[in-house]
Amino acid sequence: MAHSNPLLEHRDDEGAKIGMWIFIFTEILLFGGLFLVYAVFRNQYSEDFHTAAFELNAFVGTLNTVILLCSSATVAMSITAVLKKDRKTAMILLGITLFLALVFMVNKYFEWSHKIHEGIYPGSELMADLERGELLFFSLYYFMTGLHALHILIGMTILTVILFKVRNGSVNDDKIVLLENGGLYWHLVDLIWIFLFPLLYLIT
Amino acid sequence: MDDKNKKHITSYQTYGIVLVGLLILTFISVGVTWIELGPLTVTVALLVASVKVFIVLTYFMHLKYDSLFIKLMVAGIFILFAVIIVITFLDYWFR
Repeated sequence: MAHSNPLLEHRDDEGAKIGMWIFIFTEILLFGGLFLVYAVFRNQYSEDFHTAAFELNAFVGTLNTVILLCSSATVAMSITAVLKKDRKTAMILLGITLFLALVFMVNKYFEWSHKIHEGIYPGSELMADLERGELLFFSLYYFMTGLHALHILIGMTILTVILFKVRNGSVNDDKIVLLENGGLYWHLVDLIWIFLFPLLYLIT
Repeated sequence: MDDKNKKHITSYQTYGIVLVGLLILTFISVGVTWIELGPLTVTVALLVASVKVFIVLTYFMHLKYDSLFIKLMVAGIFILFAVIIVITFLDYWFR
C-alpha cells in the first residue's frame, strides 16, 4: 500500500501551511466583517456605545486577555519542545494551554450569566427598552464574543487531538506541521481577542 | 533538500520575552483608559492592539522565518481589509 511506503508518501509541509493560512484569511474576513459592522454603528451611535461599554467588566476582560496571551506563548513553546525532541515538556505545555483555555471559558460563563441575570440578553424585555445604539452594542457583544468562544472550543478540541498525537509520537520533530497549524489556529483566536478586548471593554 | 527541511527553532527565552512584551502592552492599553484623552482614546487603543497583533504574527505565528510568499499573502489580506474599511466609510460619509 502506498501510504506504508515512506518513499511513495506524498508530503508537502509548505503546502499544508499555506492552506492553513488561506483558511485563516477566511476567518480574518469573517471577524473583519463584524468589526466593520461595529465600526459603522459606533460611528452612528457613539454616545450609546459609550454608555453601554461602561456596563462591561474591564477587569474580567483584562484577565481573559492575559490568559489568552499566556496560552498562545505555551503553544508556541510546545513547538520548540517537540523540535528539541522533548516530548514530555511539549505535552505539559499543551496541557497548560488547554487548562488556560478552560479558565477563559469559565470566566466567560460567569461574565455572560452575570449579564443575563441583569436582564441584558438578546430578546429580553430590558434590551427592548434600551436606546438603539446600546441594543446594537450588546447584540454585537454577544455575537462577537460568542463566535470567538466557539473558536476557543474548536481550538481546544484540535489541541487535545494534537496532544494525543504528540503522546503516541505521530507528531514529532520531523512531522510537526499538524502542531504548527494547530498553533496557528490558536494564535488566530488570540489575534481576534486582541482587537475585541479594547473595542468592547476599554473604549468607554 | 536537507537545507529546505531544516527548521528554525525559536528558543523558550524568545517566547518568554515576547509574552512579557505583550503583557506590558496590554497593561499600557488598560492604563491609558484611566487618562482622559477624549477621541484619542480609540486611536491609542487601536494602535496598541495593532502593535500586539504585529508581534503575535511575527513571533508566535512564526512569520519572521516563513517564506516571502506567505508573508506577502498575510500582508495582502490586511491591506484588503483596510481598503474595505476605507471604502465603506467613504460611502457613509459622502453619500
